[in-house]
Amino acid sequence: MWGIIRQRVACRSIPASILEQSLQRIPIRPVGYALRNYSSTAKEMTVRDALNSALDEEMSADPKVFLMGEEVGEYQGAYKISKGLLEKYGPDRVIDTPITEAGFTGIGVGAAYYGLKPVVEFMTFNFSMQAIDHIINSAAKSNYMSAGQISVPIVFRGPNGAAAGVGAQHSQCYAAWFGSCPGLKVLTPYSSEDARGLLKAAIRDPDPVVFLENELLYGESFPVSAEALDSSFSLPIGKAKIEREGKDVTITAFSKMVGYALQAAEILANEGISAEVINLRSIRPLDRLTINASVRKTNRLVTVEEGFPQHGVGAEICASILEESFEYLDAPVERIAGADVPMPYAANLERMAVPQVEDIVRAAKRTCYRSGSMAATA
Amino acid sequence: MASAFSATKIIQPLPLNTTLTRSPENALFHPRKTTPSSFLGTTHKLRLHEPNSARFAKRRSATVVAVSDVVKEKKLKSNTSLSNLLITKEEGLELYEDMVLGRGFEDMCAQMYYRGKMFGFVHLYNGQEAVSTGFIKLLKKEDCVVSTYRDHVHALSKGVPARAVMSELFGKTTGCCRGQGGSMHMFSKEHNLLGGFAFIGEGIPVATGAAFTSKYRREVLKEADCDHVTLAFFGDGTCNNGQFFECLNMAALWKLPIVFVVENNLWAIGMSHLRATSDPEIYKKGPAFGMPGVHVDGMDVLKVREVAKEAISRARRGDGPTLVECETYRFRGHSLADPDELRDPAEKAHYAARDPITGLKNYMIENNLASEAELKAIVKKIEELVENAVEFADESPAPSRSQLLENVFADPRGFGIGADGRYRCEDPKFTEGTAHV
Repeated sequence: MWGIIRQRVACRSIPASILEQSLQRIPIRPVGYALRNYSSTAKEMTVRDALNSALDEEMSADPKVFLMGEEVGEYQGAYKISKGLLEKYGPDRVIDTPITEAGFTGIGVGAAYYGLKPVVEFMTFNFSMQAIDHIINSAAKSNYMSAGQISVPIVFRGPNGAAAGVGAQHSQCYAAWFGSCPGLKVLTPYSSEDARGLLKAAIRDPDPVVFLENELLYGESFPVSAEALDSSFSLPIGKAKIEREGKDVTITAFSKMVGYALQAAEILANEGISAEVINLRSIRPLDRLTINASVRKTNRLVTVEEGFPQHGVGAEICASILEESFEYLDAPVERIAGADVPMPYAANLERMAVPQVEDIVRAAKRTCYRSGSMAATA
Repeated sequence: MASAFSATKIIQPLPLNTTLTRSPENALFHPRKTTPSSFLGTTHKLRLHEPNSARFAKRRSATVVAVSDVVKEKKLKSNTSLSNLLITKEEGLELYEDMVLGRGFEDMCAQMYYRGKMFGFVHLYNGQEAVSTGFIKLLKKEDCVVSTYRDHVHALSKGVPARAVMSELFGKTTGCCRGQGGSMHMFSKEHNLLGGFAFIGEGIPVATGAAFTSKYRREVLKEADCDHVTLAFFGDGTCNNGQFFECLNMAALWKLPIVFVVENNLWAIGMSHLRATSDPEIYKKGPAFGMPGVHVDGMDVLKVREVAKEAISRARRGDGPTLVECETYRFRGHSLADPDELRDPAEKAHYAARDPITGLKNYMIENNLASEAELKAIVKKIEELVENAVEFADESPAPSRSQLLENVFADPRGFGIGADGRYRCEDPKFTEGTAHV
């Protein structure tokens, strides 16, 4: 590992070209784009509608795609994501299952083995723990165990992470657990465009994809461009997006935390710190190139996530930065995660257990040596 | 190896329940009887079980007799005329060869394991060949088989070449999964063997999913000829697992073309079935979910075959799933690492006397279907085949270093792939709305 770093130090020109390459690959929005509802010409769409339209279009494009889960049919979806799909495609393609996660997830995997493209919905990803054997053992590992004979074009989707006041058993974030397993692709959309593009890419992908949505984002509206509304639109899996350009500190986040990071970036901008916000979009494969390029530019990093801190996504990003860009760091990496406790119920406790905008602002200031204390706060 | 083929006594009926105890419904396998359902949910008009019985009846023109009558007749008579026999000569030889292959292969696996050529967990199928042969030899190539970790013989019966299985066990790159799966994870897309699962109960939902696909292809994708059946093999211990019940429920609910085959060998490693199960009669669990449950003597390949014929054709017709409990026995331990101390030697001797291969051999000789010499020739042929398989595996190369990171993903770059096989984001037209969806 040290040998590699020495080589990197020797070739100073490389960082610039990596940066250029990564900048060219990622569609860059103007800085002000981070603020929503500023343009009257851009169409707005909620994440819920984005997901619904993505499912609708993929189901109409390929008859092998079908949706399976609890309450997806007649109830129109537990969170109304699959609204209208039963009427449009019928009960053969939008299947209400009994409450048997292990059973129906396995059925989805078996259907994918044999040629179909299931979309399995978990009412929340907490319930995926009942089916995790199938997600990992029969879906993720099959392409490898069968040496490429059996690929599993399945999507597992549903809300992930904390909602509001739902207690410990309904609030866990599974990005880190699924992200550590080879054979899975793990996606975490933030905006409507992310939701549309990534879900379409996931459904078309020949590998098992874990698609982690967020319940609190379902109702939020984002502007969508005309190209995002096109039915062939899809986003690449494994590429992060720079939501906001900056030069002083890099903030990585995914899912709901991207919104918080953007708000924090606004606050920091008023204080003279220009933060670059990266929306990870894809936990596995993690876009190490983009993150490293950004850190090499800003020299400081704050990782933000909602899940438990130990062995979390932030830990992996820290390790990646240490391995690849150690000498570029001007300050220790700040890792912001949920509190290391099961999610409490009381509203004020819950607020303390999930990262808030102020936490991100404080951490960014610490990396810029603008605050007094280096000690970690809540 | 000689001991496995030595002639022993003639088949004796077991003291336990023998063929075809009924489910509460009387005419168990009546072809035109739809499963009666007093359950409100199944009358829902939007459910998957369309009552298109007319379509299915046309496709099966052969008359199907209730199995119980057929087998009762044959069981009692040992010297019948040729026209009343259960099998023809060709079928008999095919069954014999398949069982001998299964036995010979597994015995060779044991030898190779103790010589260090095979490693890890190896679970052998000796004694249970009648179940694999009896069921799988009735399938078409497109039908699916989903198995457990005791899957070598299922793979062989389904048509995976012995040399591919042996190489896989040796961990060579010429194995059916290029050495990446191993003993417990046999997959073959060509032969529709969908695994090979280490966790018990894991294969049952996967099999149910394959059956679901078969039905979906027929009804939604309108592939009218898709009547593929799936067989799920699993053991007695699995029948206490939640996934088993979940799938019995959904398979019956949606009338999926699947047969659940329980290989009840009475033991899960060292745990006797009777100590682990509140009601040890597994076939009774079928009717609780609305499907027929059948118990059959799994040491007699002909009886298994008769029941299998009916269950498979039931599924093919669209009448839904069946639960078949085959009472069988494994002559060796749970795996090659199992000292097998807990099983009573008298029990082992009892079942050893009912060796399925010897049973079939005696049947064929008594009914003049084949001569001793022909059967010996088959044994010799299989011995050579297995030796060749070992040689082939020995000479095959181990996987190269580069193979370690291969096959994790079907699409390793992770970008969405368009219909033309290229990455979607590289297609300049995709944002213009003209790209092909």
